[in-house]
Amino acid sequence: MSEAILTAKNLKRHYEVKGGFLKPDATVRALDGASFTLTPGKTLAVVGESGSGKSTLARVVTMIEPPTEGDLIIGGRKIGPEGASGDRDLRAMVQIVFQDPYGSLNPRQTIGQTLMEPLLLNRPEVSAAERETRARDMLAMVGLRPEHFERYPHMFSGGQRQRVAVARALMLEPKILVLDEPVSALDLSIQSQVLNLLMDLQERMDLAYLFISHDLSVVRHIADEVLVLYLGQPVEIGPKQAIFEAPRHPYTKALLSATPVADPALRKERIKLEGELPSPMNKPQGCSFNPRCWRRQDVCTKVEPELQGQGHCFACHNPIPLDETEAA
Amino acid sequence: MALLEIRNLSVDFATHSGQFRAVDGVDVTVDEGDLLAIVGESGSGKSVSMLALMGLLPWTATVTADKLEFDGQDLRTISARARRRIVGKDISMIFQEPMSSLNPAFTIGWQIKESLRKHTDMTRSQRQDRAVELMRQVGIPAPEKRLQAYPHQLSGGMSQRAMIAMALANKPKLLIADEPTTALDVTIQAQILELLTGLQQETGMALVLITHDMGVVAETVQRVQVQYAGQRVELQEVGGLFQNPHHPYTAALLAALPERATEKRLPTIPGVVPGQFDRPAGCLFSPRCSFADARCIAQRPSPAGPELGRALCHYPLIDGQPTGKESAA
Amino acid sequence: MTDSASHPASPASTQKAPPSRLREFWSSFKENRGAVIGLIVFLGFLFVAILAPLLAPYAPDTQYRDAQLVPPFWQEGGSTRFLLGTDAVGRDLLSRLIYGARFSFFIGLLVVTLATSLGVLLGVIAGFAPRWLDTLIMRLMDIVLSFPSLLLALVLVAILGPSLLNAMIAIAIVLQPHFVRLTRAAVLTERSKDYVIAARVAGGRPIRIMFRTVLPNCLAPIIVQAALSFSTAVLDTAALGFLGMGAQPPTPEWGTMLAEAREFILSAWWVVTFPGLCILVTVLAINLMGDGLRDALDPKLKRS
Repeated sequence: MSEAILTAKNLKRHYEVKGGFLKPDATVRALDGASFTLTPGKTLAVVGESGSGKSTLARVVTMIEPPTEGDLIIGGRKIGPEGASGDRDLRAMVQIVFQDPYGSLNPRQTIGQTLMEPLLLNRPEVSAAERETRARDMLAMVGLRPEHFERYPHMFSGGQRQRVAVARALMLEPKILVLDEPVSALDLSIQSQVLNLLMDLQERMDLAYLFISHDLSVVRHIADEVLVLYLGQPVEIGPKQAIFEAPRHPYTKALLSATPVADPALRKERIKLEGELPSPMNKPQGCSFNPRCWRRQDVCTKVEPELQGQGHCFACHNPIPLDETEAA
Repeated sequence: MALLEIRNLSVDFATHSGQFRAVDGVDVTVDEGDLLAIVGESGSGKSVSMLALMGLLPWTATVTADKLEFDGQDLRTISARARRRIVGKDISMIFQEPMSSLNPAFTIGWQIKESLRKHTDMTRSQRQDRAVELMRQVGIPAPEKRLQAYPHQLSGGMSQRAMIAMALANKPKLLIADEPTTALDVTIQAQILELLTGLQQETGMALVLITHDMGVVAETVQRVQVQYAGQRVELQEVGGLFQNPHHPYTAALLAALPERATEKRLPTIPGVVPGQFDRPAGCLFSPRCSFADARCIAQRPSPAGPELGRALCHYPLIDGQPTGKESAA
Repeated sequence: MTDSASHPASPASTQKAPPSRLREFWSSFKENRGAVIGLIVFLGFLFVAILAPLLAPYAPDTQYRDAQLVPPFWQEGGSTRFLLGTDAVGRDLLSRLIYGARFSFFIGLLVVTLATSLGVLLGVIAGFAPRWLDTLIMRLMDIVLSFPSLLLALVLVAILGPSLLNAMIAIAIVLQPHFVRLTRAAVLTERSKDYVIAARVAGGRPIRIMFRTVLPNCLAPIIVQAALSFSTAVLDTAALGFLGMGAQPPTPEWGTMLAEAREFILSAWWVVTFPGLCILVTVLAINLMGDGLRDALDPKLKRS
């Protein structure tokens, strides 16, 4: 296995919420202790429901926001609470593709300008002609036509815009690409085109992907490793095979079971989760999943479980036994 | 007799750059107690056709149909007043965004009771009882207390339950659910789908589920109507549709599902859904279809028989192979 | 089989392309008949203002002592020598009105430029600034807005001394809080969008993000506000002129002309009516045009 390009250890991001009149200040633990590594050519998928801290993780890894606590080491360099401001080389290493292809392109810039902007800002030594050549090459690489260079985003469909967004992210030759729900706003027939493009590019450029998604069928297809987040905390992390075929954490199992399968012959009894995600401002005592868990024991309401295991880790006092998982 | 019968429904929108046909000759039939899904990508006209039925389209839309009948009443000639008596009582609808479909200025209870006030002659206390009963029916805990709540005090899943309670208030014969779970998380989605199908069985109403999610379709409904670019391209029982799709679009769509993929590279449908400016002359799917030939490009197909899922195709597929090509050649 | 199946990725290149932004704007602008009429009238006034020396039959301040308070030509006692008559000191009214158009446009343009540039600058800063600076700017603007605008302009002119330039500066100061608020609101909605974050990830410095990335996307409401402020500027300058705090006689500014003619309202209707009509028509035309601009530019009101 090749060397890790990014290592996160116990990464936390908290937000202070100013209390109003008669209300105390509160801390939102949007991301609360995530550890993982990214390797060139591999994809780590992050799954979880809304409010699980997926997007916060994306913002921290992209250095849009500094971590409150924990270590983030990118390409051998440490990013502390002061962030990475001003360090162009470091910033260029991690780029991001957003979910909404309609909001992520500047409507007043042509596709060409959008693609050339990162070079203009970060590589002043590159001449204007060279910039244009590189942008045009990138346009071809993501499967768009040369005449698209002069056009404005409103003339493009969602799938084409997402290709442009990918192209822009790759202009600085990053090592890591954070994909924040890159296909969930796209139609099914377009989704597969974009997924194929992403897989091709990864292979060609040896990119490390942090693939954030709530769609488990997409994750199952594209991921090498999966990290399951619940209320900002990792509840399970491991190789894709293990997570999908032998989930140990009840939440992972419930998530898998709730995901509809596109085969009417396989209609099955789902594990029904009671209730909804609690507010991250006021997490339950002990294991944060315990109010919704059907395997809850006394200890779960008191003691917060630690991530345990090697390779395939999970944070649960009463994990699903290995022989039981086969049925899933 | 069918509860809802729509024949050859078309909807045109007037835009700055000319007429845009959003729905193009669609037929929909819903029997009593039916469970039908309308599947399609964005721009397939799946929502617009149902909004046309409800009379909820903006004034820029022109609706034409050969037949638009609900429960024996012709909705084309009916007065606006009479339509309002039906819509909200016998037909009701829930939408994708539960948060924005509830009026933030009123309590949940007030909003549920309003529809009772409009369509029934219940007394105040009867309405309160009915509202509590409805809230219980959709699985909202502590219903008396929640009736006093304002929409912003509820989570997305709870809001959607409240919307469903509101839609059920007058025991509709037909409930149209327009992407009811798209904005929700999977665990909540599972709860809501279960609730909807449970209520459908319990009350015997017909349920039309509009969605783009093939997984939801497979797990929820009996019959599926597939739409593409404003046309109905296929209508089948859910089992048959997933096993043996007859229209190339359905087949390609199913093949593009990551969970059905057999290798790393996903099968794709090249190109995009035709828009206002690039509508093909012949079959609307022909520019993207791997089986298309000259006839598909030149001629509009007509629907096949019910044994072939009424596939809108010159050469409907059987077991993935186009049929009838020899006779045309 | 077909060629289109092998190159299907961009069917749009062979078919009709969607209309460009400008054409779309024009097609929705011209649908509004009032706006088009407003635009035509506005362009007409602009034309008159630019070509004033060629169009005006006389110089604006030449006094014809033999012809004081001559009525318009169609009235008894009027002559075609002075088409719209003359004022109390025998100046040709038509010429004064034509030259007055110059002043009105000059005033409008300068005031709007001043108010817009200052307002937009402050608005963008407020939109991006830390909370204390944002609060400071916005509370200052609230203070300006809490005065009746004409009264505040009067006070400012009283401090600066009555002249046309000072009147314009005063009006610009009174108008710019609207631009600050509008710009700030637009900036706040735009800056949370993904493309702004993308520009930051790409390494854009704050100044570049403020003015190159975000500001161009906030322009539509600002343009509309600028067009509508043009009429306010013309109107307020006229009002200040009328109160004797703006342009000083013998400047042929419409408001000042009104003020000078006040005493003849009953005896010579034309000296008050024509300047008043000019103000009315110009302001109405600009407002109609501004409304059309808003309908065409503001996506929230756009029919889709």
